[in-house]
Amino acid sequence: MSDIAAPRSSTRSRSLKGGGRNRSGQTNFELYSWLFMRLSGLALVVLVLGHLFTNLMLGGGITALDFGFVAGKWANPLWQVWDLLMLWLAMLHGSNGMRTIINDYAEKDQTRFWLKALLITAAIVIVVLGTLVIFTFDPCLDPSSTLSVCK
Amino acid sequence: MVPGSGLSSDRRIGLPSKPRIIPPGTLYRGHEGMWSWVAHRITGVGIFFFLLVHVLDTALVRVSPEAYNEVIGTYKNPVVGLMEVGLVGAILFHAFNGIRLILVDFWAKGPRHQRKLMIAVGIIWVVLFVPFVIRHLSHVFGG
Repeated sequence: MSDIAAPRSSTRSRSLKGGGRNRSGQTNFELYSWLFMRLSGLALVVLVLGHLFTNLMLGGGITALDFGFVAGKWANPLWQVWDLLMLWLAMLHGSNGMRTIINDYAEKDQTRFWLKALLITAAIVIVVLGTLVIFTFDPCLDPSSTLSVCK
Repeated sequence: MVPGSGLSSDRRIGLPSKPRIIPPGTLYRGHEGMWSWVAHRITGVGIFFFLLVHVLDTALVRVSPEAYNEVIGTYKNPVVGLMEVGLVGAILFHAFNGIRLILVDFWAKGPRHQRKLMIAVGIIWVVLFVPFVIRHLSHVFGG
């Protein structure tokens, strides 16, 4: 066990003087990360449960999922924004959780470094890929598409 | 008040109603607070890895409709269908246990009602999970 974080007292967390560092010379990164987990978590409850409800409960559920289903959904800007927000928040929330777990269980500095490097790489690849997919999606890739934009 | 009540989150969770053997120096270890913390971690890691796969499979919509339909078809397989039940169970637990954590951290009375909050998580989980299982399995096995 190397270092155990001191409890966050209100005086420590509120001080933003000195280039974002508090009196003990640390940044408030962990405080903001802790707060982000709670705020993004609340948003994700709505986003993810809404996603599961529309995709798995309504209509034919899982049996109805195919290219046409995705095309129909992303024809609506609401679902594009919904999925984009969900992608970013879930990846940041999940990666930050994994970072905490790496910090807790990987004891060697080198192991921690490489696990976090792998985590950050994976997170960036997934977020960039997912974002590009949402923005560059072409429903007319399907020749049998019945969407009005493809006619 | 409970000793050590200056701490937030789950530290005070899990006071035994009947005298039990408590490991020395903790009110936490071995009780519900610890187990919900363990379950929150395990479900979180599981959901994270599914998310990575799920973004990759969805990205196939940029390859071709056939590629996407073929891969998404595996999600309709009965064995994978049962894994989806597990996934949704994990997501529901993680979601409502997370809300419980927020209440314990931010709501002044949260720590005092921690045991009720934990029961509420269990009730909400059952109320949402059971209808989902019925509907989802009827889709997966209903042909």
